[in-house]
Amino acid sequence: MLRAIRHKSIHPAFCAFRAFSSAAKEMTVRDALNSALDEEMSADPKVFLMGEEVGEYQGAYKITKGLLDKYGPERVLDTPITEAGFAGIGVGAAYYGLRPVVEFMTFNFSMQAIDHIINSAAKSYYMSAGQISVPIVFRGPNGAAAGVGAQHSQCYAAWFAACPGLKVLTPYSSEDARGLLKAAIRDPDPVVFLENELLYGELFPVSAEVLDSSFCLPIGKAKIEREGKDVTITAYSKMVGYALKAADILAKEGISAEVINLRSIRPLDRSTINASVRKTNRLVTVEESFPQHGVGAEICTSVVEESFGYLDAPVERIAGADVPMPYAANLERMAVPQVEDIVRAAKRTCHRSVPLAATA
Amino acid sequence: MSFSATNFAQPRPVPVEVRSNEKPLSSDSFRFRGPPSFLGSPHSLRFNPIPPFKLAIPHSQRSNASAVTHIANGKMVKSSANLLITKEEGLELYEDMILGRYFEDMCAQMYYRGKMFGFVHLYNGQEAVSTGFIKLLKKEDTVVSTYRDHVHALSKGVSARAVMSELFGKATGCCRGQGGSMHMFSKEHNVIGGFAFIGEGIPVATGAAFPSKYRREVLKEAGADQVTLAFFGDGTCNNGQFYECLNMAALWKLPIIFVVENNLWAIGMSHLRATSDPEIWKKGPAFGMPGVHVDGMDVLKVREVAKEVIERARRGDGPTLVECETYRFRGHSLADPDELRDPAEKARYAARDPISALKKYLFENKLASEQELKSIDKKIDEVLDDAVEYSDESPLPRRSQLLENVFADPKGFGIGPDGKYRCEDPKFTQGTAHV
Repeated sequence: MLRAIRHKSIHPAFCAFRAFSSAAKEMTVRDALNSALDEEMSADPKVFLMGEEVGEYQGAYKITKGLLDKYGPERVLDTPITEAGFAGIGVGAAYYGLRPVVEFMTFNFSMQAIDHIINSAAKSYYMSAGQISVPIVFRGPNGAAAGVGAQHSQCYAAWFAACPGLKVLTPYSSEDARGLLKAAIRDPDPVVFLENELLYGELFPVSAEVLDSSFCLPIGKAKIEREGKDVTITAYSKMVGYALKAADILAKEGISAEVINLRSIRPLDRSTINASVRKTNRLVTVEESFPQHGVGAEICTSVVEESFGYLDAPVERIAGADVPMPYAANLERMAVPQVEDIVRAAKRTCHRSVPLAATA
Repeated sequence: MSFSATNFAQPRPVPVEVRSNEKPLSSDSFRFRGPPSFLGSPHSLRFNPIPPFKLAIPHSQRSNASAVTHIANGKMVKSSANLLITKEEGLELYEDMILGRYFEDMCAQMYYRGKMFGFVHLYNGQEAVSTGFIKLLKKEDTVVSTYRDHVHALSKGVSARAVMSELFGKATGCCRGQGGSMHMFSKEHNVIGGFAFIGEGIPVATGAAFPSKYRREVLKEAGADQVTLAFFGDGTCNNGQFYECLNMAALWKLPIIFVVENNLWAIGMSHLRATSDPEIWKKGPAFGMPGVHVDGMDVLKVREVAKEVIERARRGDGPTLVECETYRFRGHSLADPDELRDPAEKARYAARDPISALKKYLFENKLASEQELKSIDKKIDEVLDDAVEYSDESPLPRRSQLLENVFADPKGFGIGPDGKYRCEDPKFTQGTAHV
């Protein structure tokens, strides 16, 4: 049972950043990703970028700003609109030792390339019995933005995480973004790196260690963003922010919530989750994707398999509505989890608890 | 067992006859035959003997495609002083085609005896394409194929033992039994699949060609001139990924050759029923690369084309699309009853068997005797008997092999700041990352 306790945290009620004891800079997620790409490209000449608008347009969401000027068009490739083609080209290049970072303008477009992500990237190391590894990173924004409609709003974490051979990462803060992207680029396996468009502009404090160019985070390890003892709330990506806000509200009502930032959906950090549930005895899983066969379902099963006796209440699963994303603003708000939903779910788990002394 | 290293023949300036553009192409004659025969019955469509070599040079490149023009203007003259191959080359080609043919026949036998299972797609009849192209490659060059990949792997140098064991699903197979018939990988011989989805191999092949250019231009490695061959069929040419890659390969001038093995049938779907314009070689110039059509039942013609296009790619002049008219003598796979193909069509192509054609050429030009060819046949028989015996006796994979090779990173925790795997750090021995 490992806990990543790095700092004391102070939580202002309405915003999601905290002051570090060694207060340092702040950085947006966008800058964190840009700096991570820049540093990895300068450290290893085999790293190159490929995607639509990554070069002259400076990135559709400006994540790759400045990289074309710095590294030239041979390393920052603007592609035609051919997701299947360039995802496959990335895989073929990775077979021969280059380290492509393929950007999908949003992960919804990765559906055009999913054949290559699954069938040629994820499965090749296994099919070739270890002869050919695929050190490729597929990155881009995932999940709902604001008012972009059904075909631009799906969260793909659960679908990619179902496939063995892929690593699936979901950063939340700038520290996550930098550390996990660097780890992904250095990794010898295919990594699906799911960012979130609405987080790109958010500021997070970063320590000097995070700013160091050799900084990287481990894959497969979750982070306990906030410690608590009454209920465990797991979340990833944007929902971590919501969970932290919900934890603040719950704290005022006397419920101490432990918020786990999953960071890595595959491999999933089951040991941290289970250790937390064994401590709090209650679990709420939060995700913004469709509920059926989602990340929350997997976490619930993991806890039932390993820590059933420790549960004092049924596991609560907060997910997006089971509909394609509507366009109207009020409907969209209902289709995505909100902070109040998380608070209500946590309260439900607490009030259902039966105070048996026997369970630890 | 492996075969002699490829003799990389220097491209000889062999002139070849070309039908000029004034003569109506035979394709036009069947396209205008009228709807009933075109749409309904492949039986009444005859693929007329096509000229040895048809060439379409994209307009913008007419001045640049010097090697290709060279072929267009010459004439083929066969005389004893100007043969297409030497004796050694002839025997090498013969041996490779016989290996391919006998291997596939042995696969059929083994399948019906229950030693091989699942999907098995045999290459009988198409050997000229594999041998004609792959025997001109260097070891560092790459071959990407589809599910009909046994013979491509063999031609590239993967041993018959390794391929046969892989088909039997044994631990000594080239992919330790984890790949199977449709997924032949050999890092040593640069055979990178083996893709079951048609069209999937084409972007991967384009990507495999990309590092040659990247290494030359970005990493400044002077000698990086590896070439990639992508083999695929006529059905694939209607797939979107094919066009995406023609575009990008020409756009970035990648050293790749797109080899279409047009055997006219995609399982039971005739190429002529599935394609609006069946002449695939014409699609190259639409993307800015030369398109070449060649008789894929004649290994020498394929080889002549292959020399030019491989040389072109190696020089850095970019990709080429080569359409080889060929035919598979067996069904799509061993499970295919093969009822839709006209027996007359099959008989016509059987008469053009590439192995018989090469034999005839070798005898007529006194390059080999009956005796020498028979001894090669016998040698290959022995190789195959040995391969089957070896595969039979090889062990099945151990149970613990099931969970191996999912990730290159042993426990999935990634790489630390020091560049080593995190799981090697003692503090990380706890934690589960299920691989």
